Amino acid sequence: MAKKLRQCAIYGKGGIGKSTTTQNLVAALAEQGQKVMIVGCDPKADSTRLILHAKAQNSIMQMASDAGSVEDLELEDVLKVGYKDIKCVESGGPEPGVGCAGRGVITAINFLEEEGAYDEDLDFVFYDVLGDVVCGGFAMPIRENKAQEIYIVCSGEMMAMYAANNIAKGIVKYANSGSVRLAGLICNSRQTAREDELIMELARQMGTQMIHFVPRDNVVQRAEIRRMTVIEYEPEAKQADEYRSLAKKIVENKNLVIPTPITMDELEDLLMKFGVMEEVDESIVGKAARDEALAA
Amino acid sequence: MTAMTREETEALIQEVLEVYPAKAKKDRAKHLTVNDQSIEKSSKCITSNRKSLPGVMTIRGCAYAGSKGVVWGPIKDMIHISHGPVGCGQYSRAGRRNYYIGTTGVNTFVTMNFTSDFQEKDIVFGGDKKLAKLITEVEGLFPLHKGISVQSECPIGLIGDDIEAVSKKSAKEISKPVIPVRCEGFRGVSQSLGHHLANDAVRDWVLGNRDGDNSFQTTPYDVAVIGDYNIGGDAWSSRTLLEEMGLRVVAQWSGDGTLSEIELTPKVKLNLIHCYRSMNYIARHMEEKYSIPWMEYNFFGPTKIAESLRKIAAQFDDTIKEGAERVIARYTAEYEAVIAKYKPRLEGKRVMLFIGGLRPRHVIGAYEDLGMEVVGTGYEFGHNDDYDRTIKEMGNATLLYDDVTGYEFEEFVKRIKPDLIGSGIKEKYIFQKMGVPFRQMHSWDYSGPYHGYDGFAIFARDMDMTINNPCWGKIQAPWKKAASNEEQSRAAAGG
Repeated sequence: MAKKLRQCAIYGKGGIGKSTTTQNLVAALAEQGQKVMIVGCDPKADSTRLILHAKAQNSIMQMASDAGSVEDLELEDVLKVGYKDIKCVESGGPEPGVGCAGRGVITAINFLEEEGAYDEDLDFVFYDVLGDVVCGGFAMPIRENKAQEIYIVCSGEMMAMYAANNIAKGIVKYANSGSVRLAGLICNSRQTAREDELIMELARQMGTQMIHFVPRDNVVQRAEIRRMTVIEYEPEAKQADEYRSLAKKIVENKNLVIPTPITMDELEDLLMKFGVMEEVDESIVGKAARDEALAA
Repeated sequence: MTAMTREETEALIQEVLEVYPAKAKKDRAKHLTVNDQSIEKSSKCITSNRKSLPGVMTIRGCAYAGSKGVVWGPIKDMIHISHGPVGCGQYSRAGRRNYYIGTTGVNTFVTMNFTSDFQEKDIVFGGDKKLAKLITEVEGLFPLHKGISVQSECPIGLIGDDIEAVSKKSAKEISKPVIPVRCEGFRGVSQSLGHHLANDAVRDWVLGNRDGDNSFQTTPYDVAVIGDYNIGGDAWSSRTLLEEMGLRVVAQWSGDGTLSEIELTPKVKLNLIHCYRSMNYIARHMEEKYSIPWMEYNFFGPTKIAESLRKIAAQFDDTIKEGAERVIARYTAEYEAVIAKYKPRLEGKRVMLFIGGLRPRHVIGAYEDLGMEVVGTGYEFGHNDDYDRTIKEMGNATLLYDDVTGYEFEEFVKRIKPDLIGSGIKEKYIFQKMGVPFRQMHSWDYSGPYHGYDGFAIFARDMDMTINNPCWGKIQAPWKKAASNEEQSRAAAGG
């Protein structure tokens, strides 16, 4: 029987550590014998550097541009193989401020499909998607017949949770018309107080799970300087086991849901409960410092 | 069929509206009205320049069509780049019959298509570099062009390309004007916004080019013809009349026009506006900035021509006033002969129109000169100032329809049974198959010119050969004819 390919997309607030987490996770999966491909969906093209030990992989869109058009490319031009046979591609896109990066993602994924990059041997595809789903192009990985499982990387910081909740809203939109489901929150710790409890509670309210709590560890940065994952750089490190544990949970994960995003008020209540945010004193809203001084 | 009363026309509108869903009905009701000459402001009776309804067959175009197709395209010694994917430029190429004198591909370029031919990579990485390269190539291949306009297609606005920066840089490099126009097709409700955007681009990038330069020798009789696109040679048969009465036509906007003429227009004494809708903006600007008065005129049919020539002459001294009378007198015998020949064949024929900028009202006089009556008219993309100008031209109880839908137009025609319809290519074959004589009034059905006295003779001939064409008697198959004759006689006997 042919294996069922699992397509997963990793979303989350910009700078939260999506690419690092994804690559460490994928390395752990590969270590366990899984056949994995990473599709970087970010114009920065930095989703595969730790696997390939490269600065930035040549992207589909950049090579298409150099060659003339996407039709002039061959799959082997853009598909690179790195640590433990992990396949790597980057969609690529323009530098900030020009063109349309979203269209780049659409074009790149269409190209991969047409060229048969999703071959039968693969167990997993991971899409590492730019921080904010700013337009339709960045929602491409979660449309029909692409990723069915979405993992959101977040931390106990307010904006990260806010972004996670927004992404869940986007998933609801596509979940109702297709098979995409939220598969869990990955907490990438920023060492805020009671962070694990907070994210577990957020996950509960959103109808999902915190699939793993990844603690903060400097070995991640040390590995990254060497353009390596922790799994490869220091396999015996405690942090490597954390990623292995995350990988195992994802392999076994059956908890796929249509999320129930919470309202802004609910999110604020949650943050206040955990002391991330103080209760808003309505009487000071919109008052300038000068007016406050006068009133006092 | 005799003319319909106000009540009958109102009932017809209600009946046609009946099939629409409630929301559409409410919207379309505002765009249909029965003409009442006593109304001063059309806003009291008709709504215009609003978004068309989804699902109806609107006849409108887009902002790109308004800028590239109408205003900029005919400027003959410039190269107009359709910036974006290839289709917009290719399918609008050479379609509007803007005649011009010159050697195409050497010093004039109107019927050619220049496009940046966007591919995926240009969308993703932006088209600025490609545009700059295209301009450099144009300069190398067509060195005699006088300037370039960049006509934005939809994707340019979506991906935010900085065509202004490219234009400025390229203009310096080639030492010729390069004009960016933000006429992305999705902007506005019709081509009308494209006209406005194109006018604004002329204002911002061209019109001031000769400010402070007094080397051009002016005369007291300098005028500019604005809003004549020389379709089938219209501007030529207009210009000749103005010149014969002693005026000097410094610029033609934009049919058979040049960039230099546009630049010199701020030096004229009077701007003459034919198509008000597409170029009133620039006329108003020149009035404000250069204190140049402007006036509308109408060169369709001898009555309106004489009226307009006298109105124009009234802005000048006696030599011009005498000139106008001289011109009218010179052509009188000619146009009287045209009327004598065609009026007996066309007298009493009823016309329905649905056209673009100025013609829904401007051609009424020409039909009336031939004894015909316009019983329904409407604008594709007019505003209320167009309808203000239309109410007095149309008879009481005639139909006015704004942005008419395919369904409404067909139903109106079925009921009113006009002898002639004047509209565009998309309408032509529908009505011809319904057995109604039809003339294209955008392109003059590949004929023209229709402006001026020369044009009137052609207009009269064309209307006659269309309405009185023997083919209309052959519409019905002979074996069906007998049956329907019987029905008709029964119906006539019955009531």
